[in-house]
Amino acid sequence: MATATETSALPELTTDELARYSRHLILPEVGMEGQQKLKAAKVLCVGTGGLGSPLAFYLAAAGIGTLGLVDFDVVDASNLQRQIIHSTKDIGRKKLDSAAEKLTALNPALKVVKHETMLTSANALEILKDYDVVADGTDNFPTRYLVNDACVLLGIPNAYGSIFRFEGQASVFAAKEGPCYRCLYPEPPPPGLVPSCAEGGVLGILPGLVGVIQATEVIKLILGNGSPLIGRLLLVDSLNMKFRELKLRKNRECPVCGDNPTVTALIDYQNFCGIVPETPQEKNVKNGIPQITVKELKQRLDAGEDVQLIDVREPYEYQIAQIGGKLIPQNDVPNRLNEIDRNREVVVHCKSGGRSQRIAEFLQQAGYPRVVNVAGGITAWSDEIDPKVPKY
Amino acid sequence: MTIFIPTPLRQFANGKDTFEAKGATVSEALTHLTETHPDLRKHLFTGEGKVRSFVNLYLNDEDVRYLPEKESTQVSKTDTLSIIPSIAGGDWAVQADAAAPQLTTDL
Repeated sequence: MATATETSALPELTTDELARYSRHLILPEVGMEGQQKLKAAKVLCVGTGGLGSPLAFYLAAAGIGTLGLVDFDVVDASNLQRQIIHSTKDIGRKKLDSAAEKLTALNPALKVVKHETMLTSANALEILKDYDVVADGTDNFPTRYLVNDACVLLGIPNAYGSIFRFEGQASVFAAKEGPCYRCLYPEPPPPGLVPSCAEGGVLGILPGLVGVIQATEVIKLILGNGSPLIGRLLLVDSLNMKFRELKLRKNRECPVCGDNPTVTALIDYQNFCGIVPETPQEKNVKNGIPQITVKELKQRLDAGEDVQLIDVREPYEYQIAQIGGKLIPQNDVPNRLNEIDRNREVVVHCKSGGRSQRIAEFLQQAGYPRVVNVAGGITAWSDEIDPKVPKY
Repeated sequence: MTIFIPTPLRQFANGKDTFEAKGATVSEALTHLTETHPDLRKHLFTGEGKVRSFVNLYLNDEDVRYLPEKESTQVSKTDTLSIIPSIAGGDWAVQADAAAPQLTTDL
């Protein structure tokens, strides 16, 4: 990594750069050599979303020479509450293009490398191998384990951050002698057991806080200065504004970074995280629950059919958008079965179809003979039937 | 002892963020917690009663897995037990409060 670079091989700073980085240059902990190390450094930001926005912005400002960005998504209106690198005018645009434009406007000397792809087992090593430090700003488990394993295999430290509602975690993984993400969590949660990102919500400012912690760690790793978060898990509770720190140990039995690793090449991370691709049959029936599309639901409502539509989202979601279903939040369903007529067909919906599927399975087990799930939920309704129904 | 309940699991503990648990060991304190809030059980333990691999328990700042006596470690009233599950992402909107101005459909 960059810290090992010989001083003699470090790039000279231009007159413009001496002026731009003067506040760094007069810091003894950075100084001329530190700023040159930053200029020589290549950092990869995985994701240009909530965490990636502040992370990439500050790294660009700090004088990192080469910044790689991995993203394949486009900017959506619901991103702007926290993904501050993107603007309202960028809605619908590729996140990579939007981010690269802001970063080079901030620092024209910055070399931005755009990787417009989803990081996979097939391309991760090839993409990551040229970087000195990786900053993981992903929001899903398969990619997080993929980034972790690739960093361990390549020996690249990973400045990690993760967020949920008001809480964040940060650490540095895969550093020499330090633990990796798998030492902390050997396995991901099975899908559906913990609320997914789309159900959980997040305070918009929180990724700013956590992303800037990640950026700080990246800079420290490159400078080789200070005490990085190696072997420490920082917990951020923004609601109570408390920062706590827990000790992380390298697990000698870790399958990736332990004494006798069993994972020596990248694996199938979708499968590892329990995500099984949908079979054609599952489009119609999933776990014994018939699935209907929003188009079919609309047709049946228009035809005046008897549809007992139950909305199992939370009241605050109902307040944002609803399509005429009776609101019974998922956790209230077991206690409010008397409000659901078992002699009529029950059509269950939520935001995107996950929670309603679980409730539909529950109702079936509770003896309801006819239960169907609305595939894609109210989001699909907004996309395919009525764009006036707000998406959130 | 005080058990810190993380955000994703608070919905199974009547929304509480802490729980004052009785018991002489980590294990007994957890039993008190899950007997009071039975819905938490399946999120913390496997069917065989083992702590799930995506949930970590910290007695003060130490990982319980690395304590010599693990979950049988003695605890005192002033100790804290943190439940730290793996977390990922946030792709969502703010909660509209009844007293707050209505949000428009477009931002």
